[in-house]
Amino acid sequence: MSKREIEVCVNGETVQANVPVRINLVDFLREHLGLTGSHVGCEQGVCGACTIDVDGVAMRGCLMLAVQADGATITTIEGVSNKPLGRAVQRAFVEHNALQCGFCTPGMIASSIEYIEQGGLSDRAAIRAHLSGNYCRCTGYQAIVDAVASVIDEGVQA
Amino acid sequence: MAEALALIADDDQLCQPLAGGQSLLPMMNLRMAQPDVLVDLNRLSELDFIVQSEGQIHIGAMVRYRTLMQSPLVREHLPLLSMALPHIAHHAIRNRGTIGGSIALADPAAEMPALLKALNGTVVVVSKSGQREIPADAFFLGVYETALDQGELVHSLKFPAVSNDQRFGFYELARRHGDYAMAGVAISAAAVNPCSELRIVFFGVADLPLRLAGVEAALEGRAITDEEAIHKSQQLLTADQMLSDAVISAETRLQLARVALKRALVSMAD
Repeated sequence: MSKREIEVCVNGETVQANVPVRINLVDFLREHLGLTGSHVGCEQGVCGACTIDVDGVAMRGCLMLAVQADGATITTIEGVSNKPLGRAVQRAFVEHNALQCGFCTPGMIASSIEYIEQGGLSDRAAIRAHLSGNYCRCTGYQAIVDAVASVIDEGVQA
Repeated sequence: MAEALALIADDDQLCQPLAGGQSLLPMMNLRMAQPDVLVDLNRLSELDFIVQSEGQIHIGAMVRYRTLMQSPLVREHLPLLSMALPHIAHHAIRNRGTIGGSIALADPAAEMPALLKALNGTVVVVSKSGQREIPADAFFLGVYETALDQGELVHSLKFPAVSNDQRFGFYELARRHGDYAMAGVAISAAAVNPCSELRIVFFGVADLPLRLAGVEAALEGRAITDEEAIHKSQQLLTADQMLSDAVISAETRLQLARVALKRALVSMAD
């Protein structure tokens, strides 16, 4: 399979790599960079476990090719705590028991951060609508919505 | 652009244009699609525009759903799109998925083909040999089947700008917000009291965005709140028009389509 040189900034670190053109972005992050925090669930965009931040917006890591990320700035769960908002969301998930097995959590946190960064309101229906693309099979979602709402109520800035 | 058009005109290998990839990449991940070459359109900035000209809103194929949701032109002139966009997949998908990709794919369960048809839009198609325009009514032919010829690419979409009297309705029934609808409907009307120039398009129910002349005729000239006319239009939907699959039978889908139709119509009353 043909390969292509790419340069990406992942969690603040610039990385150059020679990647097969077919490899998905999330597989590149996991297998080439060892960043296994982004999880691969359904590989069809439904479950949301691979959701990551690409150039400031949430993307499905399984529905983008690594070569398409050339020049992009990426934040995975491993880099989330570099910013105050990321730290606050992580802390709130712990405090509210918003995770159990943790499989969905990296994607759930990426979607939550995007919602809060966009100025999302502390409104349970709106939070649920925004997180509708992320499946969680453990928590029943209540605690996740609690966690996101608490960060908004605290007024933590990005 | 010229390079992309030359590649997709190549008969020797299967060259698949890649727009947002939010349907194509799942198909490739599941090995349902195995193109020889992907032609990535994501850096073709000439396909990324929303402009108003000659009474139309003209939208480039590579405009993403996220951009549509933020566009003042869409909000002001294409209210039906604004109503439907929050129902199109989930936020991370809308950040990447494109309007042209959805039209070119022609998934009968997707909202965008039905919206284009309900708004009497036009698909602008480009190839090495030039451009042509195809009305939405003639574009969608079946499941993933369109009037696109070999070597042709969806360039952009044209929507007639909306007048003040026009009314719109949209309703879909999905298991989870943002999932594909089990049945849904998009409606435009020049007026609703009484109804005129209705365009009622169902999605998720048949092998293409479904317009039924009889359903529209039953409501034409009647007030949109007319219970008898609504009931008659519902009865003109029949199980033999509906798809049946492993999850939803034609009978269930018929019931869902009737409910979606009534709810959309009721929402259009002033």
